Amino acid sequence: MSFISSLADRDRVFDFLVPATSPVDVRHGPILYLEDVTVTFDGFKAIDDLNLTIDDGELRCIIGPNGAGKTTMMDIITGKTRPDSGSVWFGSRHNLLAMSEPEIASLGIGRKFQKPTVFEALTVFENLELAMAADKRILPTLTARMSGEIRDRIEEVLDTIGLVELRDGPAGILSHGQKQWLEIGMLLMQRPRLLLVDEPVAGMTEQEMERTAELLTGLAGKGKQSVVVVEHDMGFVRSIARQVTVLHQGSVLAEGSMDQVSQDPKVVEVYLGADPDEEAA
Amino acid sequence: MRMIRSFVPGLLLLFLLVGFVPVAQAQDDPGQALLESLATESYAEKGEAIEAIITSGDERSRRWLEELLDGKLQRHKDSGRFVIVVENRGRSWPVIDALSFDDAGEMSRRDLDRIGINNALRGQLQSALAVLDLYVQDVGERRAAARELLGSVDATLVEPLREVIADEDDAEVRRLLEQGLAIHRLSEGDIDAIAELEGSLNSRVRAALNSAARSDDPLIADAASAALDDIEQKRRLNSGLETLYFGLSLGSVLVLAAIGLAITFGVMGVINMAHGELIMLGAYTTWAMQQLLPGQPGVALVLSIPAGFLVAALAGIAIERGVIQFLKGRPLETLLATFGVSLILQQLVRTVISPQNRTVVSPDWMSGSLMINEGLSLTLNRLFVLGFALVVFAGLMLVMRRTRLGLEVRAVTQNRAMARAMGIRATRVDILTFALGSGVAGLAGVALSQLTNVGPNLGQNYIIDSFMVVVFGGVGNLWGTLVAGLSLGVINQVLEPWAGAVLAKIIVLVFIILFIQKRPRGLFPQKGRAAEG
Amino acid sequence: MWLLQPFNERATRLFLGVLLACLALVTVLHLAVPAGHPLYVSAYTVTLLGKYLSYALLAVAVDLVWGYLGILSLGHGAFFALGGYAMGMYLMRQIGDRGTYGNPILPDFMVFLNWDSLPWYWLGFDMPWFAFLMVMLAPGALALVFGFLAFRSRVTGVYLSIITQAMTFALMLAFFRNEMGFGGNNGLTDFRELLGFDLRTDATRLGLFVATGLALALGYVLCRAIVTSKLGRVSVACRDAEARTRFLGYRVERFQLFVFVVSAMLAGVAGALYVPQVGIINPSEFSPIFSIEIVLWVALGGRGTLYGAVIGALLVNYAKTVFTGAMPDAWLFALGGMFVLVTVFLPKGVAGLLSYRLKRKAQQSDDSSTPQEATS
Repeated sequence: MSFISSLADRDRVFDFLVPATSPVDVRHGPILYLEDVTVTFDGFKAIDDLNLTIDDGELRCIIGPNGAGKTTMMDIITGKTRPDSGSVWFGSRHNLLAMSEPEIASLGIGRKFQKPTVFEALTVFENLELAMAADKRILPTLTARMSGEIRDRIEEVLDTIGLVELRDGPAGILSHGQKQWLEIGMLLMQRPRLLLVDEPVAGMTEQEMERTAELLTGLAGKGKQSVVVVEHDMGFVRSIARQVTVLHQGSVLAEGSMDQVSQDPKVVEVYLGADPDEEAA
Repeated sequence: MRMIRSFVPGLLLLFLLVGFVPVAQAQDDPGQALLESLATESYAEKGEAIEAIITSGDERSRRWLEELLDGKLQRHKDSGRFVIVVENRGRSWPVIDALSFDDAGEMSRRDLDRIGINNALRGQLQSALAVLDLYVQDVGERRAAARELLGSVDATLVEPLREVIADEDDAEVRRLLEQGLAIHRLSEGDIDAIAELEGSLNSRVRAALNSAARSDDPLIADAASAALDDIEQKRRLNSGLETLYFGLSLGSVLVLAAIGLAITFGVMGVINMAHGELIMLGAYTTWAMQQLLPGQPGVALVLSIPAGFLVAALAGIAIERGVIQFLKGRPLETLLATFGVSLILQQLVRTVISPQNRTVVSPDWMSGSLMINEGLSLTLNRLFVLGFALVVFAGLMLVMRRTRLGLEVRAVTQNRAMARAMGIRATRVDILTFALGSGVAGLAGVALSQLTNVGPNLGQNYIIDSFMVVVFGGVGNLWGTLVAGLSLGVINQVLEPWAGAVLAKIIVLVFIILFIQKRPRGLFPQKGRAAEG
Repeated sequence: MWLLQPFNERATRLFLGVLLACLALVTVLHLAVPAGHPLYVSAYTVTLLGKYLSYALLAVAVDLVWGYLGILSLGHGAFFALGGYAMGMYLMRQIGDRGTYGNPILPDFMVFLNWDSLPWYWLGFDMPWFAFLMVMLAPGALALVFGFLAFRSRVTGVYLSIITQAMTFALMLAFFRNEMGFGGNNGLTDFRELLGFDLRTDATRLGLFVATGLALALGYVLCRAIVTSKLGRVSVACRDAEARTRFLGYRVERFQLFVFVVSAMLAGVAGALYVPQVGIINPSEFSPIFSIEIVLWVALGGRGTLYGAVIGALLVNYAKTVFTGAMPDAWLFALGGMFVLVTVFLPKGVAGLLSYRLKRKAQQSDDSSTPQEATS
């Protein structure tokens, strides 16, 4: 069985070697497409009939109060949670519901967790090395050697996330903000088409937040990555967002630019009638 | 007959009240008259005398008839005193008084007259002895006697039995005697007798039907086979019930052993490999109690319940404070450290008490068995343990659901930081929970001491099983532990007849290993995001 | 070549140097020093040391999965025993017609059980190459099937530990049965010769000792090569943040399976080297206590270092020999006490103590780089 599936894997080997020519079919516009998705935990509907479309190269912010279903939505896209009903497509070719977590990751969907998880026992450099797009089967991994090209790529990302000096230190000693960046850097090593970022600035200082905003806006763009950011911090969202989606009780409450959304009466009501800016900050 | 039975003791009492001295008693004892009538030459008269003894209801009649049959009931030529010869070797024989059964010294063989009997009388005596027990006061003994008669009823007994049946007021005794008569009738070719034997599970009834099924008369043979099939079916049902009972019994042991673990491992997430040794401590507490209260096994057992709980709970607290608290959040290290503790406890018992097994006595009210029908009896100690397991389970459920401690435990396990913020002293809750789980292990030990030998390895035999039960049932779910324990017990017992005990155990282990791999969270998993951890 | 990678490390070269020096020293002291001289190493001691070395290889195998993959196997004794049984079966067939019953094909215990032919799974064990292959394949196959089922359903942590323990327990019960055809309680014993060498001569014993030492060296280099490769780093990643590794696109369960099977095979080799030296293999090697004791060796030596496992195995087994000789009752107290003390006070083991000294010298005060802190 594993032999057959490894045969089926071969087309993706191609994908790893030449990441620029992704097999993800985005000719019809959206890179991610969720339709009528519903998830129930013990009778509680975490996601209720959710519809969401992300365009190629877009930077989308998703906001919503606690329990709105933001994290569960990420779980569904990355294959951690299976919905009760609905469909999830990546481009117009890949049905994500039929794939396992590593398969989805290999397709080019990278996820940054709410709580930063890096491999604390490994160095910053090694963290990036493991994250790199490569043949991730066993024997190639066992015999993998460090080439100059790979080294350059890692140095490049180290530079982007500003951790060049700490490259040989263990990831465990990084500050909270530095771990967040390292994690984003690891996502970048995967050359993802879609980045899912869960609360990137939670617990960050003002300066760290600014740097993160720069980092994220620099990443998104046509032909580069699409980025989905889930965030509570309205100030941060306002500083990066072009398009905002408001989730409430597992479905979309409003969608549009930050200004449009913050004037939507339904949104105002959900945030207890207060100025969303103040309330969520 | 019934009147006589109650009349004789009353009469004796009357004698005592009036103040008769024993010497006088010898002449006025009605027994003397009964025996006198035996001392006649005529065998016909002797027959009547035997009949009179039987119907007298005198408690001594059985002994008299037995000694008469043995030729040891003899009469002193000069005094006319009746004696029983204890040993008839040499010239003078040691004898006892036939009325009081008191030692009467020795008598010369020449002074004694044997009361002779012939073959006809011998036959009469034998059946009389069989019937005699049907006259005793105790219903249980009468039933046993009637059961004993099944298959050995012959022509001579038919008449006396009819009389007994007419006078008997216990339905069970009557039914058994009727069956005994029916077997006799069947052997004489009476086809109607089969109807009376239908559905009986007694092995002698089955033997009688079996021989009837081989009868030359096709009618009888067919009817007997039909009745046998019927019985066979009932027997299968019975053995099914018996397997179920043994399974539930084994299951209740597993539940008892695992339920404490379900608290410490399931609720607190602490792996305590010394759990088995806490069970062992409970069992040894029972043993120690019985040493302290010799001759009072029942009292000792009852006292062991709180004592066993206390001892194991204290040991648990020591383990929690001494080892586990330093290893919070490191489950694999906890596993290793508590395993070390288990080795130390085992060796401690070996060194301090003994490496040998110790026997714990079962009190009277726990030995014996409860008879459901002739094919099915439930041993009482297992029944008690089953009930005890259910009581302990219910008690734990109450503690966890209805008390402040239970609430705090659930709060601490779900969100430790938040619970502390709300003023719950998490450390205290840890200690109490662990003490509770350990104490329950002690209770399991008290119960186990009634079923198996108490030795240093007692706990070791249960630790893997206990973990299997908890994991199979779903960690953190007490109901799951109950269902898992009972069902694993039953599965084990069902497999045992055709696989053998060891293979059955292996099959169950393999089954659980496969099951966990199919459903890693057990039978009753905790759902939701929190459980995904 | 990735297998030669470890030779670049100073620590590995040091370890191999010390090991080989010890092998040479014992050989010289056994052969060149006259018996009775205080420095003479008797054949008994040589065999005892050989036994320790096979335990050390077993400990290295356990450390590979526990230290680097984060899987605490409480069933590695089963792989060790399976390797041992494979070797034992070969040695039984070598006895030929010199057994008590003189049957040229059937081992004594089968004749005793009135069996008239060899069970199918005994076929081929008269050929050394087949038997030596089975030494690795039998434990490997068990690890493959067991690991495939377990890792596929993501059974990890304590659950995995408990079911590995159940696995070895079930195997122990099975091997105790005479019907299994492995000699029941008595196991396999009365071996005569291995590849034509009489097992009772001192020369063969010395040879086995040296072979075990070399196997340990090879196994160590193999494990070191694995843990220093990228695969080793992926293993550590699986250990510390399994979900993260999965999201990076690694099939965690396959990596776990690979390392688990390699480790099981190493354990099998250790078992195979152990059996001819102690002269018997019986179901007690499957007992859960033995498996958990192996884990103690690793914990005491320091997990996640490999050389720590070797140190731990040698120390604990030497202590066991001393204790069980001098005061047998105290051994379980000592063993139990070690479990508690090591886990509570010495979580990084002896190796942790050593590297702490070294680090202090190097003025690096970074605790979290060592694996113990990050996980468990």
